[in-house]
Amino acid sequence: MNDRFEIPARLRNTSLFLIVVGIAALVGGIACLAMSHNDVERARFWAVLLHDSVFFLLITTVSIFIQAAVSLAQGSWLVAYRRVPEAIGANVWVFGTIAAVVMFMIVFTFKDANGVNTIYKWVTEAEPGKDKILFGKKVFLNKGMFVGFTLVTVALWSFFGRKFRAMSIAQESAPKNDTKIYWKVFRLSGLFLLVYALTQMSTGPWLWIMSVQAHWYSTLFSWYTFASAFVSGMSLILLWVVYLKNQGNLELVTKEHMHDLGKFMFAFSIFWTYLWFAQYMLIWYSNQPDETFYFKMRQQGPYSIIFYANFIINFCMPILILMARPSKRNYFTVTFMAMVIIFGHWLDYFQMVMPGPLGENWHINWYEIGIFMGFAGILIFCVSRTLTKSSLVPANNLLLKETVVHLS
Amino acid sequence: MAIKKFAVAAYDDEEVLFPAVKKVRSSGYKIHDIYTPFAVHGLDEAMGLKGTDLHIAGFIYGLCGTSTAVGFISWIFCSDWPIIYGGKPHFALPAWIPITFELTVLFAAVGMTLTFCYLNQIMPGVKKHVFHPRQSDDLFVMAIEINSHMSEQETTAFLKATGAKEVNVQMAEAGWWYGRWDKKEPYEALNAG
Repeated sequence: MNDRFEIPARLRNTSLFLIVVGIAALVGGIACLAMSHNDVERARFWAVLLHDSVFFLLITTVSIFIQAAVSLAQGSWLVAYRRVPEAIGANVWVFGTIAAVVMFMIVFTFKDANGVNTIYKWVTEAEPGKDKILFGKKVFLNKGMFVGFTLVTVALWSFFGRKFRAMSIAQESAPKNDTKIYWKVFRLSGLFLLVYALTQMSTGPWLWIMSVQAHWYSTLFSWYTFASAFVSGMSLILLWVVYLKNQGNLELVTKEHMHDLGKFMFAFSIFWTYLWFAQYMLIWYSNQPDETFYFKMRQQGPYSIIFYANFIINFCMPILILMARPSKRNYFTVTFMAMVIIFGHWLDYFQMVMPGPLGENWHINWYEIGIFMGFAGILIFCVSRTLTKSSLVPANNLLLKETVVHLS
Repeated sequence: MAIKKFAVAAYDDEEVLFPAVKKVRSSGYKIHDIYTPFAVHGLDEAMGLKGTDLHIAGFIYGLCGTSTAVGFISWIFCSDWPIIYGGKPHFALPAWIPITFELTVLFAAVGMTLTFCYLNQIMPGVKKHVFHPRQSDDLFVMAIEINSHMSEQETTAFLKATGAKEVNVQMAEAGWWYGRWDKKEPYEALNAG
């Protein structure tokens, strides 16, 4: 059985090319930053980095979440391609470090000509004479809280991501049918879900994304970003599984397993729409000016194209294309939809971050696309390197037999 | 429906049943149905049954629910009795989405339940012929329709050879009908002898 993965030259070259494009875009961005005296252009440099680094951090962390959730439910359907989420999860530290550096740079160094931090306004404006509302939120929204929560979150995610992979590999050399590691994974999964609920599903997105427009708040916001990250994270796993299968690896993975991933993409696209709409409808219905300004800018203002594209790409397309059973079992359809969903949720994060600092001067241009390609290159490079380091079949896993006969 | 003649074979093991199904089909006999005490995985494929179209019916019922909800609510609030609520426009679509969603689910669920019952010929007050009293207990029962071109003796001998524990020939109503389980049907007298 072909259980070792060797990086094909084409994949390595693609990832290096993408990284080079990303670095070129970053250098171009730094050059613009140095030459430009336009505050919006300067904010754009940081806002794009913030958008991409947080997006990639959250979608890779989903891989740890799904391992923990499936281990806790003692599910076997993931075991056939368990190495893929493990490899993605083990690289969370890369994106965590990048995101933390970007965010700390924004918090500590970014200011416009008037001395205002236009991305995280609460950094400079939360003073009694300046902004009363932000001053009222200073207990939570301040530099110490931001740095503390970010460091703890990134450290815990990085630790669990590497730990789950290490435990799964340790199972390979453990005595046959030994349940010691299995129950250790089980216990740590419960712990991780608690950590995840207190970070991704609450404080993380509040601090990192929602505080870009800190006057506005939504109690649903973290759930909504989680749904967005979850569906694109599952799509990311699916893309890797399809790629590895095309390379002749992962022989245990059948259409039944693909069908499961397709179901997740389909169902959680609808879950995302539910949260997206719930957040929108309550604000639309109650019509409070301090809440509606957020959506006025997005739905009726300069972002209306993205707002409606978001709905069409992330709801209409998945529900119509992935609804039928044959389309979830067709490699082309699921691969195409996975790419569409990742792009759609990238747009979703774009419209969460950009309206605050950029207002109507948003672009999706060489810089935005270049930085996105750079992050994608880092992801491909790191994950493929991790995949080569162990067998792709989790031999000796207690649920291996169950996953082989799995029917979706 | 129609009263027809069936050859009925009862097997006491799945492992005998599967090769028997294969043999019966490859010899050109048409299986009327197989009754098992529990869901047997892979039997539908072995019998050559096609996948159900129930979900397509469900999609259509759902669309009916959506259009009923949107059509009815918009008729009320835009044309029949327009009132301004909370400064919203008459055609206040976001406020209707929850009800539209619920009606979609309701139509799809009720419609699919009734369609499921129709396809499987089950309904309160409805009766179907039972080929063997132990088909819901511990036997796997296969029924093959015998038409005028087939020999009764040959068919039963063939079924016996496939490993059936019991084989007999019955007159049976092929479809479903309104009736009571504690009352004998007139046609059942045909099987008495």
